[in-house]
Amino acid sequence: MAKRIEASNVSSYYGNFKAIDSISMTVEPKTITALIGPSGCGKSTFLRSINRMHEVLPGARIEGRLTIDDQNIYDPDVDVTAVRRLIGMVFQRPNPFPTMSIYENVVAGLKLNGVKKKSVLDDAAEQSLKAANLWNEVKDRLNRPGAGLSGGQQQRLCIARTIAVEPQVVLMDEPCSALDPISTLAIEDLMFKLKDRFTIIIVTHNMQQAARVSDKTGFFSIDKTGDPGRLIEYDDTQKIFSNPSEKKTEDYITGRFG
Amino acid sequence: MSLLEREVSGVAMTPDNIRTRRLPLVANLGTAVAAIVVAAAVVLGLDLGNWVLVAVLAVVFYLIGISIVAGRVEGRRAARDRMWKSLIYSACVLAILPLASVVWTLVSKGASRLDGDFFGTSMNNIGARDPNGGAYHAIIGTLEQVGIATLLAVPLGVLGAIYLVEYGKGRFALTVRFFVDVMTGIPSIVAGLFVLSFWVLIVSPWFNDGQPRFSGFAASLALTVLMLPTIVRSTEEMLRLVPGPLREGSYALGVPQWKTIVRIVLPTALPGIVTGIMLAVARAAGETAPVLLVAGGAAAINFDPFAGNQSSLALFVYQQAGDASRYAPARAWTAALTLVALVLILTVAAKLLARRNRLSR
Amino acid sequence: MGDYPSRSENATAGDLGVTASRTRAAGSGVSPSSYDEPPIGGGGALPKKARFSMESGFRGLSVSAGAMVLVIIVAIAIFLISKAAPAIGKDTENFLTYKQWFPNEADPKFGIAALAFGTLLTSVIALIVAVPISLGIALFLSHYAPKRLATPLGFIIDLLAAVPSVVFGLWGRDVFQQPVADFSEWLNKYFSWIPIFGGDGPYGQSIMLGGLVLAIMVLPIVTSLSREVFQQTPGMNEEAALALGATKWEMVRTAVLPYGKPGVIASVMLGLGRALGETIALALTLGLVFNISFNLIEVGGNSVAANIATTFGEANETGRGALIASGLVLFAITLVVNMGARAIIYRRREFRDSAA
Repeated sequence: MAKRIEASNVSSYYGNFKAIDSISMTVEPKTITALIGPSGCGKSTFLRSINRMHEVLPGARIEGRLTIDDQNIYDPDVDVTAVRRLIGMVFQRPNPFPTMSIYENVVAGLKLNGVKKKSVLDDAAEQSLKAANLWNEVKDRLNRPGAGLSGGQQQRLCIARTIAVEPQVVLMDEPCSALDPISTLAIEDLMFKLKDRFTIIIVTHNMQQAARVSDKTGFFSIDKTGDPGRLIEYDDTQKIFSNPSEKKTEDYITGRFG
Repeated sequence: MSLLEREVSGVAMTPDNIRTRRLPLVANLGTAVAAIVVAAAVVLGLDLGNWVLVAVLAVVFYLIGISIVAGRVEGRRAARDRMWKSLIYSACVLAILPLASVVWTLVSKGASRLDGDFFGTSMNNIGARDPNGGAYHAIIGTLEQVGIATLLAVPLGVLGAIYLVEYGKGRFALTVRFFVDVMTGIPSIVAGLFVLSFWVLIVSPWFNDGQPRFSGFAASLALTVLMLPTIVRSTEEMLRLVPGPLREGSYALGVPQWKTIVRIVLPTALPGIVTGIMLAVARAAGETAPVLLVAGGAAAINFDPFAGNQSSLALFVYQQAGDASRYAPARAWTAALTLVALVLILTVAAKLLARRNRLSR
Repeated sequence: MGDYPSRSENATAGDLGVTASRTRAAGSGVSPSSYDEPPIGGGGALPKKARFSMESGFRGLSVSAGAMVLVIIVAIAIFLISKAAPAIGKDTENFLTYKQWFPNEADPKFGIAALAFGTLLTSVIALIVAVPISLGIALFLSHYAPKRLATPLGFIIDLLAAVPSVVFGLWGRDVFQQPVADFSEWLNKYFSWIPIFGGDGPYGQSIMLGGLVLAIMVLPIVTSLSREVFQQTPGMNEEAALALGATKWEMVRTAVLPYGKPGVIASVMLGLGRALGETIALALTLGLVFNISFNLIEVGGNSVAANIATTFGEANETGRGALIASGLVLFAITLVVNMGARAIIYRRREFRDSAA
């Protein structure tokens, strides 16, 4: 059921500033795709364009075509909320709702979608928390505030919250950058597990992480500050890290740049 | 079994279709027109009220109508989103209406007595049948009372803020800060009563052969009580914005702390402090109740703030409003216009100053 | 600091280290006795700390200025009680339950029942009307309006707060009274079966007029504080809600409103404090009648503060004491309300700072 994402000539702007320039790539269902590159190269912007979170910022707009199973999500008659339900997102810093309990956090998306039945919610909460490898740690304190968990647990809670609404695609924007190595490993394990059900696109600064978890890797870069970010190379992870075809990629992978 | 394979009954959780129907503008306008027509028909047809009721009912009908129409076309959630947005927008319109009315009345009614006589004469020997008379004495009173109050409140307030930021620590400082905040909420009439019982009834007889005496200075004391917490809070906020390294640089040169505060910290925060003071002054200038209680009000000019009754612009407005003379309302409105102009000029100037202040965020 | 050899204490400038600026005042930990001790070792070369320096003088000044706030609040209570107690002693009726106000007669009779009732009723009406509108405007300013519109509109709302209450009172009496009277008549015609809209008139200077004028005055307070807390909602929580597929309103309901709830409660309480203490606007718009009635539209209503302003002129000594006594009650109530509001704000601030 996971879906294919296809971007063709996607350019994103913040006001007059062009953040990324005509990105084209295809992401196959049930794969993990990593986006790597130096800071400010537009990989996060591209990620946020995929579920239309980019346009939340004032003055932000986009050009080009972005389809999910051949439906252009930027068509005028597309419901933004449906897109975002279909393409979930996990953010850089864990962001559970501070006023809600663990349980309420997980079912927040379902409640928004009008699910009121307690049994359905309970069930979904348990399933999502289990899928996020968090159930065993929190099953005894579902009614405690979500903000009371550790950073890694909070991030897994956010993943549980995201997958509870049963999206097709999960976007992860540097999900481990605020976490310690052990929590990072837990999240990476989780990604392998979720790959069976979701298409995952992850932005990361950590090249080892990209090499460990992803099937395909896209390398973004900018020529100089102020220029838009471009997709330099997009290929199998194996190939990118062993035998990249672009000099820039090789420089970056081997640490000679960025 | 994966979550996705599980059927969740009755909930379209992951629609393959991300498209939606959008409510066309025509439908929106149509709903609005229909709401107005129905409201007019109901109200005027049944003779329930006038156009105001038509407008109110039309808004209500529109909100209901748009929820139903949008609910059918776009779905329940989008409809609810639309309804709340409309409600939030109408709240703004609703709040602007009285403000516009106040401004319009001030200008239209206040302009009639905006003449030299108003600013040049007092109400001394002005009878009920005299159309002239002015607020000169009241303006003098306001300036003197607020001026003295500022002289008292500013050093006290700024020093208090310095204590809270530079010296204050532990429970006592917390208590002081808490009660400064609480003090901002003390009603002005209570401040007036305090000065009445303390200064007018107990202290002033010592200076006046045992007789209690109203005075402009008593009003200044009451205004001081009202201004103090505002000044402390705004100054405190500004002092906290002064970067720590600036202080440390001074200490490292061997400058003692008090000198650092006076020479480095205060000048840096000065524009912000002045802004806070101006806002406090504006608030004090508009106070009526304390002046009424402890300065007594007067019809004649009294330059001496320490002896005898004084009036103030705000009190002048109140007393003219309660005057039976048919010329009194015009005087009241002109004084109100003057007062609002004074207060708004101070406020706007303070805000502009704050905007230029490089310390504020 | 007191444990250090006195030599280091004598180094005045060294005392004012980096940490001293915030954590402790200069030399604050030095016990007075240590000044008298001769410097140990060769420390005599360093300048000795003066016992009465500018430093301690300045610090003393600022500490007493800070303490002044507490002194004033205590003094208010003491002086009000000192003048109120004799008058209450002369009261031939129960001060808390008697409804009339005849303190100037030979056998003074007065009580605050009707006044307190009117104060509460007008304030409650003001809040019922003002709070939803204020929250609407606050949300508009923080989340709905484009920035170009939000800045000037917020500015106008702030200006609204600066307009003196006497002006609102005058406007309420001269301009707003007629529409409210018309509206009251209309309400009475169709809804007289509801007791609060009953009666036979006349209409105009009623609890409703006072309450509505108060509402306009409370509005900017509640608006500006709620707007501030709404703006503080962490952007990442808003994004989390949106990323789950929430509509704008659902985002507000999921992320913004729960986060801002304590702040909103505090702002409402501050608004209540303002409404309870408002004097002149009510003195000009209420009917100044001493009775307890839930009728909103007939001429009537009175409040503690308005009664002080309107009857102060003809009060004798007992009369003044009686008014001061009623002011004391008002002071106590507003003090409690304000302390409650501030306590909420303080708890919230601690919570936020520790969570960050």
